[in-house]
Amino acid sequence: MGKAVPLHDWAAISCHAMTRSITLGGFAKSGISQIREGWKMDHRIKFKVNGTDHDLEVPARRMLVDCLRYDLGLTGTKEGCSVGVCGACTVLVDGQMVASCITLAVTADGADITTVEGLAQDGKLHPVQQAFIDHGGFQCGICTPGQVIAAKALLDVNPDPTEEEIKDWMMGNLCRCTGYYGILESVKNAARVSQEAGR
Amino acid sequence: MIDFEFHSPTSLDEAFGLLDQYGDDARVMSGGTALVLMMKQRLAQPGHVIGLRRIPGLASVASDGNGAVRVGALCTQRQMETDPLIRQSLPLVADTYRKVATPRIRNMSTVGGGLVHGDPNQDPPPSLIALGASVVLSSKGGERIVPVEDLFIDYFETDVQPGEILTSVLIPQAPAGSGAVYLKFLPRTADDYATVSVAAIVDADESNNCRDVRIVLGASGVTPIRAKAAEDLLRQRPLTEENIRASAAAVIGEVDPLDDFRGSADYKRQMAEVFTRRAVTQSLAAGR
Repeated sequence: MGKAVPLHDWAAISCHAMTRSITLGGFAKSGISQIREGWKMDHRIKFKVNGTDHDLEVPARRMLVDCLRYDLGLTGTKEGCSVGVCGACTVLVDGQMVASCITLAVTADGADITTVEGLAQDGKLHPVQQAFIDHGGFQCGICTPGQVIAAKALLDVNPDPTEEEIKDWMMGNLCRCTGYYGILESVKNAARVSQEAGR
Repeated sequence: MIDFEFHSPTSLDEAFGLLDQYGDDARVMSGGTALVLMMKQRLAQPGHVIGLRRIPGLASVASDGNGAVRVGALCTQRQMETDPLIRQSLPLVADTYRKVATPRIRNMSTVGGGLVHGDPNQDPPPSLIALGASVVLSSKGGERIVPVEDLFIDYFETDVQPGEILTSVLIPQAPAGSGAVYLKFLPRTADDYATVSVAAIVDADESNNCRDVRIVLGASGVTPIRAKAAEDLLRQRPLTEENIRASAAAVIGEVDPLDDFRGSADYKRQMAEVFTRRAVTQSLAAGR
């Protein structure tokens, strides 16, 4: 059984440009935020991520994005806004896209989770990933894992979306490099390629 | 993020027991899109969070046999947008939920959670109030049925009492032949809360006289607001452009918006009039 990575390593906190959640985690464990006596802080959860079973202990306050990144080392999923708005942290939980930055890891107990690391199969990129490369669907790349997962979720339920449907679905995935036209082209072409492959 | 203990009861009785045990230190959670954010910002600091998702039977959509639809509190907002029964018998509801935030948030947030959150800027309450929907509040002592119109007491404050959990919503259909719309004024981004929003249902007879009308505004005060004076200026009267204008103008006296970054209170009052006029006009056109 895996154990959550302890977040009280001040050296680690000082030498990285850490996310806010790590810093808060460090404060909490260092005693700045008091843990009331008798509280059961560890919850045992089991879930599948990209086909691999995991069994670990986490505190109730652990967000799914932190669990994926720091407990499991799956750093493909990014944390942007931390409030469920920007879409960088998008993952699939039982096939549904969710914002992992506002999902408690304990609520994913028993779930089947897909992150961006789980899309490529046998070294071959998922059609959505390939399309983002071929059609310039990104510039800096921080939003890309979320964009790719959201686009995959769209094509799973709607394999041949119209431009309007793509815009409507992807509106919650923000790109600050103004790469929206590239993203739109990428999703359209991923749909076309997937359709052709399916024929 | 604050420290807390998470509970996953598998029955309502178990949940009521936990609410009893932890009282004010407990908060009920369904999708978590509201509560987790409030906890992250330390606006809510519960010691115990009671997750409802393991309780079976709270996420179904079913006809009640009398034309109304009973929606389980844990149905996601996305389900409201896509469910065939909702789309067919409650198109206003499906359209309203489609306008909430983004598909990702609608996948997570629930019907019941959205209502008990008590945020006056949310989209569903005006449409649910216009349709005459009610909520079922369950507790150890039994059930209480409260019209959605009476659920909201004040800013983020509802009529849900200690020990109660919202378990389902009963939504009647709009009268046959009536027209209904939900308009959401979004000057900033497509996934924002409304600057003002209006749900209108207009039931007109063959000669364009108003048999009945509902006008309910969101983001226009500390609770959703049913514009009764505006309704009275239309009910049993001809639905002329002049009467619709007079009705919409009356809304200005009924709303009490808050100044915020989506607009000044005065601007929102003006927009409440404009969008009420549009909502009534479009509902009239959509009927029959």
